[in-house]
Amino acid sequence: MRWPVWDMPDSRCKLAIVQTKPRKGQLDFNFAELEKTFVQLAAETPPDLIILPEAALTGYFLEGAVYDLAMPAEKFAGKLAGAWQSTKSKGSVDIVCGFYENDNGTYYNSAVYLHVTPNGHDIVHVHRKMFLPTYGVFDEERFLSRGRKLSVFDTRFGKMAMLVCEDVWHSIMPTIAAIKGARFLIVPSAAPGRGVEGDEELESVSVWRSLLSSAAAEHGVYLLYAGLTGFEGGKGFSGSSSVIDPRGKVLVAAPVLGTCIIRAELDVREIDLARASLPLLGDLASVLPDLLLDDELPVARGAIDAAGH
Amino acid sequence: MLPVIEASRNGPVPPRINARVAAEWLEAFLRDELVERRGIKRAVVGLSGGVDSAVTAYLCARAIGPQNVHAIRMPYKSSSADSLGDAKLVVEALGIHERTIEITGAVDGYLQFEPDADGRRRGNIMARTRMLVLFDQGEKLGALPIGTGNKTERLLGYFTWHGDDAPPLNPLGDLFKTQVWELARYLGVPAPLIEKAPSADLVPNQTDEGDLGITYARADAILAQLLHGYNPEQFAEHGFTEKEVELVRKRVEGTHWKRHLPTTAMLSNTAINEFYLRPVDF
Repeated sequence: MRWPVWDMPDSRCKLAIVQTKPRKGQLDFNFAELEKTFVQLAAETPPDLIILPEAALTGYFLEGAVYDLAMPAEKFAGKLAGAWQSTKSKGSVDIVCGFYENDNGTYYNSAVYLHVTPNGHDIVHVHRKMFLPTYGVFDEERFLSRGRKLSVFDTRFGKMAMLVCEDVWHSIMPTIAAIKGARFLIVPSAAPGRGVEGDEELESVSVWRSLLSSAAAEHGVYLLYAGLTGFEGGKGFSGSSSVIDPRGKVLVAAPVLGTCIIRAELDVREIDLARASLPLLGDLASVLPDLLLDDELPVARGAIDAAGH
Repeated sequence: MLPVIEASRNGPVPPRINARVAAEWLEAFLRDELVERRGIKRAVVGLSGGVDSAVTAYLCARAIGPQNVHAIRMPYKSSSADSLGDAKLVVEALGIHERTIEITGAVDGYLQFEPDADGRRRGNIMARTRMLVLFDQGEKLGALPIGTGNKTERLLGYFTWHGDDAPPLNPLGDLFKTQVWELARYLGVPAPLIEKAPSADLVPNQTDEGDLGITYARADAILAQLLHGYNPEQFAEHGFTEKEVELVRKRVEGTHWKRHLPTTAMLSNTAINEFYLRPVDF
């Protein structure tokens, strides 16, 4: 018998997801709290990858105050890296965090993926949320611009993509990310919990779990979900940070309420095994061109004229 | 013959509630909004002897401890003795602080100049006097007044504007009355408070359902679906009369203003809450 050979550079990833409850708009306080959390993480077995929720250090519902608190990605990355480096940890770590981005006066709801060493840091990728919920309790597009591209990026654990909150509700988003090669989908989120007519939990929490598990299982990807928690003006965020394996199984999940850290050691090889036993992604790759070239799809074809039509 | 399995039809049904899930959520709401966001450790609740204020007191006691909950009974001379007694049941069951402050002197002090005021005006004066007492007690005790209004009365406009809707936190405002009853059973609110006919207790023998002209069960079923956009034909298909649907719809349509802050004339592009937008907890 021949044993399979794995040539991934890092086949295991020690993951920590931090479920935060920021004080609204109090950046200094929230970064100080994050430093304490980083000290705790560095003192235990230091993780390889730390993920924080959407708007993790400002709070989510900011309305016009988003313009006071948004900052350039480089500045936010520097503060985040500084918080880790203050722990004096000797190893390197990757950190993902959602934040409001100010790009020369254009504002986005973004997530940054950082690689941090004891002496420096690199921004690996910034994803700008593409689907900005603007209905009912949500008002994002009143204050923010939408991102225009879903990119996949390389990390030491393989290719990844980030999808912020509603991004992952459109099943075409995880589909495109997976087709483009993502093996991990990172989802920072701020989900206001609602629906008390269900059997065991908030109805919105059940819906989230079901759609995250479906996305993971359909494409054979690890799905890493970081949820904000705590109440903002009566709206409570439903936490439930979770790690879902490439077969759609929840490996660990945080409670709905309360700050916490969830940890998991991910075996990257599980992705290949899951895809081998359920090769849906391969099937999709061969059929997708036919689907996308269907001329009944309401998608612009051919050259774009000067007016953009 | 093959067995036939039929889907249940969508239609207006009384809203359900998972009381455990709702109670845990509302306790967290009270802790977060009261203690963590505002740094206030105590709550003051106007305890009427009805089920809404009882449930509110239970939630507060669970969220921040009974030692931090102050119940204020504010009877008027015409308030029923049963109301006072039922409020006492809650105080004893929870071990919360209790004080009775009669509002008769304050209300009658004003009404001596308006002896012809009708029941509606008198009711509003009582509600606003209770608001005054509650806020002052909050100031004195270092406690935040907690509101007790439910979604049904808010939608039907069955409350006094800037009276019983005034407290800055309201745990029950998104729960229909029938859901509040379920929550009361789960929390262990004494049975007499759940079983008696709900009453604003502003005039003797008054009942909510008498005032409204419809039962809470029917009103809640209609309201829940009205808010989801059901049209009159769909209500008729499910056995609701045009009369009762119209009664509910008109009350909702006629009271949108009661669910908003005062209308302010806009003159600039920095008008507060129109252009200058900051969340309540910023």
